[in-house]
Amino acid sequence: MEMPKRSRMQVLKHGHDFESVTHIVSAFPLTKRPPRGWFLAFGAAFSLMLVLMYSVGVLFLKGVGVWGINIPVAWGFAIINFVWWIGIGHAGTLISAILFLFRQDWRTSINRFAEAMTLFAVACAGLFPLLHLGRPQKFYYIMPYPDTLGLWPQWRSPLVWDVFAVSTYGTISLVFWYVGLIPDVATMRDRASNRLVKTIYGIMAMGWRGSARHWHRYQTAYLLLAGLATPLVVSVHTVVSFDFAVSNLPGWHTTIFPPYFVAGAVYSGFAMVITLVLPVRAIFGFKDFITEKHMNNMAKVMLATGLIVAYGYIMELFMAWYSANPYEQAVFFQTRWQGPYAWSYWSLIACNIIIPQLLWFRWVRLNPYVLWIVAIIINIGMWLERFVIVITSQHRDFLPSSWDSYWPTVYDYTLFLGTLGLFFSLLFLFIRVLPMISIFELRELVAHHTQEEAWHGANTGEVPPGTGAARGETET
Amino acid sequence: MNQTHADNAHAGGDQAVTLYGLLAEYQDAEALVAAARRCREAGYTAMDAFSPYPIEALDEALGIGRTRLPLFVAVAAVVGGLGGYFLQYYTAVIDYPWMIGGKPLHSWPMFLPITFECTILVAGLAAAVTMIALNKLPEPYHPLFNVPEFERASQDRLFLCIEASDPKFDAVKTSAFLTELGAREVTHVYP
Amino acid sequence: MSQAQLDQSVDLEALRAKLAGKQGRQYWRSLEELAQTPEFRAYVDNEFAAGAPEWDDRFSRRSFLQIMGASLALAGLSAGCTRQPEEKIVPYVKQPEYVVPGKPMYFATSDVLAGYGRGLLVQSNDGRPTKIDGNPDHPASPGPFAPQKAGMTFGAADIYAIASILGMYDPDRSQAVKYLGEYNTWTAFTTVMSNAAEKIGTQQGQGLYLLTETVTSPTLIAQMQALLAKYPKAVWTQHEPVNRDQSRQGAMLAFGEDAQAVYHFDRAARIVAVDSDFVTTGPASVRQAHDFAAGRRVRAGIAAGEMNRLYAVESTLTSTGATADHRLALSPAEIDRFVRLLAAKLGISVGQVEPGAVDAEFVEVVAQDLAEHAGRGLVITGEGQPAHVHALVHAINEKLGNHGPNRPIEFIEPVAASLDQGQSLRDLVKAIDQNLVETLIVLGGNPVYNAPADLSFKAHYEKVQTRIHLGLYEDETAALSHWHIPQAHLLESWSDARSVDGTVGIIQPLIAPLYNGKTAHDLLTVLLGEGGRNGQRLVQDYWKTQISGAEFEKAWRKALHDGVVPGTQRAAKAVTAKAAVDLPRLSAARAANDQVDIILRPDPSVWDGRFANNGWLQELPRPITKLTWDNALLVSPATARDLGAKNGDVLDLTSGAYRLAAPVFITPGHADGCMTLHLGYGRMRAGHVGTNVGANAYALRQTDQPWVVRDVKVAHTGRTHQLVDSQKHHSMENRDLVRGGTLDEFLHNPASIAKSHHEDNLHLSLYEPYKFTGTQWAMTIDLTACIGCNACTIACQSENNIPVVGKAQVAVGREMHWIRVDHYYSNDANHPDPNQPESEFQPVTCMHCENAPCEVVCPVGATQHSDDGLNDMVYNRCIGTRYCSNNCPYKVRRFNFLEYQRPVAESLQLMQNPNVTVRMRGVMEKCTYCVQRISAARIGAKKRGITDPSISAGGDEDYNILDGEVVTACQAACPTQAIIFGNMNDPSSQVAQSRLPHQPHNYGMLTELNTRPRTTYLARVRNVHPKLAAATHEEHY
Repeated sequence: MEMPKRSRMQVLKHGHDFESVTHIVSAFPLTKRPPRGWFLAFGAAFSLMLVLMYSVGVLFLKGVGVWGINIPVAWGFAIINFVWWIGIGHAGTLISAILFLFRQDWRTSINRFAEAMTLFAVACAGLFPLLHLGRPQKFYYIMPYPDTLGLWPQWRSPLVWDVFAVSTYGTISLVFWYVGLIPDVATMRDRASNRLVKTIYGIMAMGWRGSARHWHRYQTAYLLLAGLATPLVVSVHTVVSFDFAVSNLPGWHTTIFPPYFVAGAVYSGFAMVITLVLPVRAIFGFKDFITEKHMNNMAKVMLATGLIVAYGYIMELFMAWYSANPYEQAVFFQTRWQGPYAWSYWSLIACNIIIPQLLWFRWVRLNPYVLWIVAIIINIGMWLERFVIVITSQHRDFLPSSWDSYWPTVYDYTLFLGTLGLFFSLLFLFIRVLPMISIFELRELVAHHTQEEAWHGANTGEVPPGTGAARGETET
Repeated sequence: MNQTHADNAHAGGDQAVTLYGLLAEYQDAEALVAAARRCREAGYTAMDAFSPYPIEALDEALGIGRTRLPLFVAVAAVVGGLGGYFLQYYTAVIDYPWMIGGKPLHSWPMFLPITFECTILVAGLAAAVTMIALNKLPEPYHPLFNVPEFERASQDRLFLCIEASDPKFDAVKTSAFLTELGAREVTHVYP
Repeated sequence: MSQAQLDQSVDLEALRAKLAGKQGRQYWRSLEELAQTPEFRAYVDNEFAAGAPEWDDRFSRRSFLQIMGASLALAGLSAGCTRQPEEKIVPYVKQPEYVVPGKPMYFATSDVLAGYGRGLLVQSNDGRPTKIDGNPDHPASPGPFAPQKAGMTFGAADIYAIASILGMYDPDRSQAVKYLGEYNTWTAFTTVMSNAAEKIGTQQGQGLYLLTETVTSPTLIAQMQALLAKYPKAVWTQHEPVNRDQSRQGAMLAFGEDAQAVYHFDRAARIVAVDSDFVTTGPASVRQAHDFAAGRRVRAGIAAGEMNRLYAVESTLTSTGATADHRLALSPAEIDRFVRLLAAKLGISVGQVEPGAVDAEFVEVVAQDLAEHAGRGLVITGEGQPAHVHALVHAINEKLGNHGPNRPIEFIEPVAASLDQGQSLRDLVKAIDQNLVETLIVLGGNPVYNAPADLSFKAHYEKVQTRIHLGLYEDETAALSHWHIPQAHLLESWSDARSVDGTVGIIQPLIAPLYNGKTAHDLLTVLLGEGGRNGQRLVQDYWKTQISGAEFEKAWRKALHDGVVPGTQRAAKAVTAKAAVDLPRLSAARAANDQVDIILRPDPSVWDGRFANNGWLQELPRPITKLTWDNALLVSPATARDLGAKNGDVLDLTSGAYRLAAPVFITPGHADGCMTLHLGYGRMRAGHVGTNVGANAYALRQTDQPWVVRDVKVAHTGRTHQLVDSQKHHSMENRDLVRGGTLDEFLHNPASIAKSHHEDNLHLSLYEPYKFTGTQWAMTIDLTACIGCNACTIACQSENNIPVVGKAQVAVGREMHWIRVDHYYSNDANHPDPNQPESEFQPVTCMHCENAPCEVVCPVGATQHSDDGLNDMVYNRCIGTRYCSNNCPYKVRRFNFLEYQRPVAESLQLMQNPNVTVRMRGVMEKCTYCVQRISAARIGAKKRGITDPSISAGGDEDYNILDGEVVTACQAACPTQAIIFGNMNDPSSQVAQSRLPHQPHNYGMLTELNTRPRTTYLARVRNVHPKLAAATHEEHY
C-alpha cells in the first residue's frame, strides 16, 4: 500500500507517535550510565583538549615566536583555523534559520545538532584571534571601553568588524539554540526521574508548560530570530573575508571574496554536519528521523555550494588575467600554480572541485559510507583553501627581496588538533545531556503525518505506544 | 496532597479550598481545538490550552490576538543600529580623532559593518528576552504542575484548562460541559 | 648559582662600604687597595666560581656605577651624569657650564682600523657613550657635500666605527688581569714586570720582543723608540693581517722606494678599479666613497662631463663592482693579464701578451677612455694583487699623468713604518726557533689566530719563555699567554692615531675603563719604569714636544675639540716610475677542473676577525650575498655547476699541507674558476657571539700567497651547512622597483628613466585627499649614490636600540633591521649572461605613506599618522595582530616574535639610546624617521620661538625647524650622502629640491597602490660608454 520510493525518501519513517519519538530522543540523556563507547570517545576528545592546553601554555610563556610565522608570512595556522572553524559554524545557522524560513521540514531532525555544532565551532574559532595576538593579555584593547589612554578601537580595521561580527554571531546562535531548547528541556524535566536532573532541566525550562499563548509568542520570536540570523550568518563570513579582501595583498585584495567565502562556509559546514550526523544516526538509531532524504538534500546543498566555490576560484583567475595586474598574476599563475606551495593549491582543487562532482550521482548521495568520505575530503579541502589563501599570498608579495617561506612548527599543529579536541569534547557532552533532535518539532511532524494518514484513509488511531517504547528500549 | 484535593473534587465534597480551575484532557488536536472553540462560543474567556507541540488552530479557537513582540524587536533593531553608528562616530570623530591612512575622520562606509552587527545583536537579544518576559517566564510554580497527568502535556497529551476566575465558571456545570465536549478526563486544579 | 649571587651581593655591599666617601682622585688608588682586600678576592672568586665569564650578567646598575668610580668623581652632580673620567676632556659642541642630565654631549675622538685612524663623533648621554658618527673635521670621515643651514653636522662613518660602541660595552670583553689563567692584579703584574725590566736592562733588552699591529700613533711610536733606546737589543715586530705589504713592494718595484698613494676620487673623471673595493674596504673607504660619490651627483641640469665613469675589474663581486658603470669579472690570473693588456694599449712595454679570456674590446675601450681623460683618470688596484700589478698600475697612472699635485693620485711618505710585515713576522718565528725570544709581549692583536698557517705560530708561541698579552678579549692568544692584561677599548683610552693621509686624531676617553682595562701606553710605561704617568699625561706630554709651548694649552684644547691636530698630514712626495717593470711569467688560468684559486678578503662584517664577537656586525647582511652569521666559499653559478656544488654543500679544500672545510654559497657575478673566502671566522675563543662561527680562512693563508691561494684541490665532504641569508630572492621579477637608465637617456629625457610600467592612475579615492600643511617630513634616496655599504643599517640599529635576534631567528625570517639594503641582480641586452649580471642596491625603510595601508587595518590604532606626516608606532598600544605587516607592500615592519630585548648584560642596557623606547615581546616596530631627533629639534625650535609662515601652518605646535636640524641616523652615516631627509614643504630644503618636480628622475616605489610614499628614490643613472652600451636598460627591470 506504500510506494517504496516514498517510504525511502520521507523525512520521518512513519509508524511513530508522540511517545515513541519523545522516548527515542530523550532516552540517551536520561540513561543513568552511558555506554563505554561514549566514555572512550569523550576521553579521546578530552585528551586532545589537554594537548590544546599544553600548546597554549607554551604559547603564552614564550610568545607567538614558537609558531612558524615570520615576516612576510605574519599570519599562519591561527588565522587558517579561525576561518575554517567559523566556516564550519555556518551550516548550523543556515539549517536552523534559512531552511526554517523556507519551511523545509527536513531540517527538523538535524537543526538542533547542527546548531550545537555551530556553537562549538564558533567557540573554537573564537580562540584563535586571541591566541594569535602578540600580546594576548591586551586583547581588550579591541573592545570599545573608556580607558585611561582615552583611546578607542580603530573602526576602519576589519579585525574590529570581526570582533563584533563573531561575538554577535556567537551570542545570537546561543540564544537561538536555547530558545529552541526550551520546550524540549521541559519535556526532559517531566521525564527525568532523578531529582537533581529534574531540577536542572526545570531551571532551564523556566516553567514552560506548553500554553497555547506561550506557543504563539514562542513561534513569533523563533521566526524573528531566524529572520535575523539569516542576514547575520551571511554578514559574518563576509566580514571574515574582509580581513583579506580589504587588505592590498595580491591574492587577498579580491572583490569576489565575500560571496565565495559565504558559499565556502556553507560548503564546509554541511560537510561537517554530514561527517558528524552519519555516525550519530547509525549509533543512536535515528535512522527513522535522519533518513536518506536528509542525506540526499544535504549532499545536494554541498554540490550546489561547491559549484559556487569553484566559480569563485575560476573568477579569481579570470580577474587576475583580465586585470593584467602583474602582482596578482604572479600570485595566481606562478606562486600558486608553480610555487613551493603548489601542492596545496592542486590538492585543494582536487578536494573541493573534482572529487565532489561524485555528488551528481544519486547512489553516492544515498550511500552513507561514500558520502561520509566525500564529506571528509571536502573538510580537508576547505582547510587547504584557507591555507592557500593565507600562506601563498603572503609568502610572495610585492617586493621579491622580502619573499620568504613558512613552515609550521609542532605548536601550530598541536593548536589545531587541540581545538578539534575542544570541539568534540563539547559535542560529546552535548550529546550526553541534551536531546540531539528537537523533539517538539518531531511531534509536529508526527501530527502532520497522522493527518496525511487520515487523508490516505489509513486508520487515525494511535500506533500502540508499545511499538515506540519497545524500539526505544532496543536502542538504549 | 494534590491527590487528596483531586479526590475531594470527585466526591463533590467540601468546596472550602478554592479551585484554580478545571483541566480537561482531549484525545487529539482536532478534539482540543473543537472543544476550545465551543467553550469560547459558550462565553468562557479565562481559559488556556496546553500541548506538547504548537497547534496553530488554537490561536483562532482561543481568540489569541497578535502579539506585540515584533514591535519590541523592531524598536530594538533601530536602537542597536543607531547606537552602533553613534559609538563609532562619537569615538572616531568627536572624542579622539586621529588621522588614519589618509582617510577622513568620518569615513562612513567603513562604519557600516559594525552598525549592522549591532542592529542584529540588539534585535536578536530583544526577541528572546521579550518572548520570555511576555510569557511571564521564568515561572517555577504554577498550579497546573500540581496535576500529576499534566507532566504529559510536554510529551504526548493535550489539555484544556478553564480557570475558576472566569465569571461563567461553575465547578460542576463547567466540568460537565467539558466532559460533554469529549474530554477523556476532567481534573480539579488547586493552587 | 643563586648561592653565588647571594654571596656576591653581600660582598658588593662590603665593596661599596670600602668605596663610600672616597673622592674621585683617590679612587684609583682605592681600587688598587681594594684588589688586595679579602672582600674583593672573595667577590671575584665566587663571581667566577659560578663559572660565568660574563660577570656583568649579575652586575646591578648601582654597583656598576660605583665600580666605574667616576660616580664618585661627579657625585655632587644630579643623578645620571656619572661615568665621566676624571680628566678634563672637551666636548665637541658648546659645553654647558654643568652637564645637563638628558642633554647629549658630543666628543671628538678617533678609532683605528688596520692601524689607521678615522675620526669619530661620539654622543654621550649622561656620561654614557651611546652613538657613534663620523667627525666631519677629520679627513677620513667627511661630512655633507653642502654645508647644512643649521643643526649639528655629522661626518660619515663605516660599519666598524659605528658598531665599535657595542664592542666597548661587550660583556665578553676580558675583565681581569690573569696569570696562568688565574685571577691576578695589575699591581702584581707591574711589580713582576719592573723586576723583569731590570733583568732585561742588564742584557740591553736581549730576548725582549714586542709584537704589535700596525702602529700609527705618534705617542706610541715615541714610547717604542724610547724603549728601543733603553733596550737596544729589543725587537719590535709589527703584524697586521690586513697590511699594505703588496702596495709597499709594488711601490718599491715602480719607484725604487716606498711611497703611499693618496687617492682623490673627486678629481677623477674616469676610474678603473682593478680588484679594488675602494668604496667599502679599508680605513680610507669612507673618504674614497664620499669623494667618488661627489663625482656622481646626478641632478637635473647636469652636463655630460659632470659624472665620472667607473670600470671595475674584479674576481669577487664587491660593492665597487656593483656600483660600477661597467664591470668585468676575471679570475686573479686574468686580472694580471688584463692589466698587462691595458698597459700595452697605453704604450708601456710589457712584452707579448695574449688576450686570453679577457674581453679585448673592453680593454680597448678602457684604454681609449683613460687616454682621452689623461690627467683626470684614476687606476687603482687592491691589496689582493701582487706587487708587479701594483707597479704596472703605477706605471699606467704615471703614463697618463694621473700622478702629482692636484691630480687624482698624490704620493706621501708611508704613514705607518714602511716594513714588510710578513717578513717581520717570519723573522720573529725564526728567532723563536733559535730560542732567542725570552719575553714576547703582544700589544693587542691575536697572532695565534690570524698568523698565516705556514708559520704555525701557535706552536712557536708556546715555546716562548714568558708570554704577555694585552687584548680586548681572552682570545686564542690570551689562552696561551702567561700574563693576560685586559685592554682598554679606544673609547676608554687616551691615545692618538694617524689617518691614511697622516692627519693625527687625538683619541680621548668617553668613559672610564668599564673593566679596568689598560692601554699599550700604560704597559710600555711599566717597561720604561715610569709607572706613574697615565694615558692623558703621556699623550699630552708627547704633543707638548710637537706643538710650540706658549700656544700649547689653547692648541691642545682645540685639537681635543676638533679631534684632529692641524697640519699633521704627510707632505706630498715626488716619485717617478722606472722605465720598465720586470714582470713574472703569466700564470695559467686554471690548472685542473677540481682545482680553484681561493681568494682571501677581509670580511665586509668582521674585518680580520677582530669584530667576530660583535652581534650587530655578525647579523648584518653582507653587502651582496645578504649572508649573515657565516662566511662561505663564494662561487659563480658556472663554477658551482662544474664542481657539482649546491648552496650549503661543505667542500674540503686542500692547498699543500693546509686544509679547510667550508660551505659553498653561489653568487652570480663572481669570476669563474675561483672562489672567495672571507677572513675573520672560525674563531675558537671570540666570546659568546663569535665563537665557532664560519670557517677559518687563515688555515689556508700562507706568507708567500697571502691573498690568493693558487690551485686549491676541492673535494666534496657530503656534509651540508645551513647558510642563512636575509634576502632569498635576488630577481626583480620584471617589477619596476629599482628604476634607472643611462646618463644619455637622462640627459635627453630625464623623466624617461624613472617611468613606471603601470600608468599611475593615482589619487583615485572615495574620499577627499588629505591636505598636508606645515612641516612635512620626507626622505629621498639616491640610487646612483648608494654603494650598499650597510652603514645606514648599523647606524639605525645603534640609534634605535634594535635587538640582535641570532642566526636561528634570521633563518626563519625574523631579522629586525629597520632599514635594509635590498640587492637585485639584473640582466639586459648588455649583460645577457645570468652568470654575470649587473647589480642594483635599494635601501628600503618605512615609506611613511600618506595613505598608509598599515594604519587602516590596525584594530587598536597602534599605528597612526602624525600631523607632520610621520607614520607613528604606539608600542604600548600595540597588541600584535601583525595585520599592519601583512598590509605593508614594502614589508618594512618588524615584529618582536619573542623577547628579543631580554637584557643579556647590564652593560648592554647602558649602551642603549635613552630617547628610544625598548620594545617588548609581541609588539610591532619599524622606522620612525628618527622621531626622537625630530622631537629634539622641535624643542630647540620652540626655544628659538620663530615661526615662518612660508613653511609652517603657523599653528602653535608647528615651529619652523630649519633644514639640517633633523638628520636621521642613516643619513648621517651614509658615506655617499645617498639619503636626504627634511621638510618637503620647505621649498629651500634639500629634500624638497630632490623631489619632483625639481628632479624629474624622482619616483616612488609601488605608487600604483596609491600609498603615496614620503620616502622616494632618485632613479639609478649609469654612465655607460657608448661603445659598450647596448640597448637601453628599460627591459631588464
